[in-house]
Amino acid sequence: MTLLIKNATIVSAKKISPRPQDILIKDGRIEMIGDSISSNGKEVVDAKGKMVLPGLIDLHVHLRQPGREDKETIETGCRSAIKGGFTSIFCMPNTTPVIDNASIVEFIIKEAQMLGLANVYPIAAITKGQKNEELTDIFELKEAGCLALSDDGRCVNNSQLMRLALEYAKMAGILLIQHCEDPSLSNHGVMNEGLVSTILGLKGIPEVSETIIVARDIELARYLKARVHFAHMSAKRSVELIRMAKSQGIPVTAEVCPHHFTLTDEMVKSFDTNYKVNPPLRTAEDVEAIKEGLKDGTIDCITTDHAPHTLEEKELEFDHAPFGMIGLETAVGLTISELVDKNILTLPQLVEKLSANPAKITGLNNKGEIAPGNDADLTIIDPKKEWIFQKEDIVSKSYNSPFIGRTLKGLVEMTICGGRIVHRVN
Amino acid sequence: MKEWTKHDLLDIQELSKEEIELVLKTSKSFKEVSTREVKKVPTLRGKTVVLLFFEPSTRTRISFELAAKRLSADTISISSSGSSASKGESFLDTAKNIEAMNVDLIVMRHSASGAPKIVAEALAPSVINAGDGCRAHPTQALLDLFTIKERLGRIAGLKVGIVGDILHSRVARSNIWALTKLGAKVTLCGPATLMPRDIERLGVDLCYDLNEVIAASDVLMVLRLQKERMQEKFLPSIREYARMFGINRNRLKAAKKDLIILHPGPTNRGVELSADVADGDHSVILEQVNNGVAVRMAILYLLLGTKEK
Repeated sequence: MTLLIKNATIVSAKKISPRPQDILIKDGRIEMIGDSISSNGKEVVDAKGKMVLPGLIDLHVHLRQPGREDKETIETGCRSAIKGGFTSIFCMPNTTPVIDNASIVEFIIKEAQMLGLANVYPIAAITKGQKNEELTDIFELKEAGCLALSDDGRCVNNSQLMRLALEYAKMAGILLIQHCEDPSLSNHGVMNEGLVSTILGLKGIPEVSETIIVARDIELARYLKARVHFAHMSAKRSVELIRMAKSQGIPVTAEVCPHHFTLTDEMVKSFDTNYKVNPPLRTAEDVEAIKEGLKDGTIDCITTDHAPHTLEEKELEFDHAPFGMIGLETAVGLTISELVDKNILTLPQLVEKLSANPAKITGLNNKGEIAPGNDADLTIIDPKKEWIFQKEDIVSKSYNSPFIGRTLKGLVEMTICGGRIVHRVN
Repeated sequence: MKEWTKHDLLDIQELSKEEIELVLKTSKSFKEVSTREVKKVPTLRGKTVVLLFFEPSTRTRISFELAAKRLSADTISISSSGSSASKGESFLDTAKNIEAMNVDLIVMRHSASGAPKIVAEALAPSVINAGDGCRAHPTQALLDLFTIKERLGRIAGLKVGIVGDILHSRVARSNIWALTKLGAKVTLCGPATLMPRDIERLGVDLCYDLNEVIAASDVLMVLRLQKERMQEKFLPSIREYARMFGINRNRLKAAKKDLIILHPGPTNRGVELSADVADGDHSVILEQVNNGVAVRMAILYLLLGTKEK
């Protein structure tokens, strides 16, 4: 099976190709890149005027299957991903049952392969049942296909257990992703603690509940010379701590979500539960620091923390509604509107945060760059195109997004996964 | 004076100074009704007022019910405790069911901040917030203002100390907005563990020395200390709280002669207020209760009675 992309302006983490080129895809891999490849007998896609990016990779997705198929399934999640330009997604283990054994990992991988829409990489739990008590069978999970571990939704808050997890994961050569939150400090809070929570009379989650774990894990990583990746950073101080750690050569990496560089806790004044996320939306100062961290490389990746919830659950009081918003279908639009268009990131930097770095961090060596021999995962975008994110266009099973109705710049026009066109705008 | 234009009463922030003054002025004329032998005026005849209480309340509910009845409105009281999540019906759904019965006004209390706002935005009837979570209790603040003004003749320039668990108090929050809007100088006093973050940015002072606050104040607003705060470890003990922040006769020796003491009730006698102070000369607690009916009559009248004109 061959596919030829003509007139592709190729964007890598380093540069935008100075002149359009052709990309020949054969058997799921990039065969060659050249100036004028013959189109004889091949399916042709004309990418004239578009940007062709290496397939986007999201390290932080909740697919909800198994257990909460009313919110999302592997299939609907994959459809949402490819519509948003993601060819590879990592799904978090807080399902029912928890992804903490090889058979669930194998089930998810098999299910995703049968669908053939996107690459799905299950993230297994660090601790059995995400209970913060004992480590999972990490080698077995790795053999089953896991590239990363996380207790996401919960923090490994026992310091000794985190030490053991880091040592063990280092030996196993698997990435550890920490959800940084000291639960005793968040203490059932529902939004950022500060002036707005004080005015609204809502229980606050102080930024220090995040930063205290970031600081602790930096110290553990330093002491053990072990790698740790910080999920969904939300606070200015976290960015500062990570910057310091990196400057001292401590092996930490970090991600942020579009809502954390787009929205502030002021939005909660509407009491719209779609603004209820964990970690919570913080202040304008935090947003600025996150943008600065993305710009100077302190923050490695942009991830969505795509967290589908049913309407019934989100219709509850702000105190009682679950945390989370969907994000796969808006990530590119928000990144371009909020960062590229405002000269915070260049397009190559967008590729770095949404593809090259996630590939590097998880060891996906054949992804993250459009190069001969690499997997033929491509995302074709029109970075100038404006579109409105509308409820009826959502392909995720859930609609919990505060961005519905928003005009975004940057449209995913086509997604190619493993050499096959899996999404295209009509 | 500008006419009343508000459809709902959800918090004090949304009221202008003029609107607050209009409520106070209207309350004054309604206060007289409750002193008559026949305590009833026909103002809201044919109107239906629903008291929708998702959180238990005695005093506020009765106050609203009396206010509505003295204005000749029909009242229905619905108590529905527990979160909507546990019942499978959302609070909004409950409210919509009530709306479908063609009611004119819903008085709503809910343990979650913001719930009355969501209902008000979704429903046609007027909504009065009778307390939501730790956020707002606007009618309490208005009746407090009324009581202060009646006693001391003004609000502007007064020094008001609010004492106790500010963190969990919707009464404190609504009063901060109301008092600062009308030009009073507010000082908050209470344990540091029960002081909400960044509260000083609302234009109030903080002071942890109760004696200092007592000596400086024209008005003391004393808040109820919930016993749950001990279990949540906010405080070492009730005893220590009473020692540091309880108001007793001995402490009041340093007070101004015409100091008035308010409390939203119910009081924990011997904790935040000693019994002799609660019943003493400085206390205006029962006046607050009495004025509460008049203020709520005024609010019901402004929201419902002025519409057809």
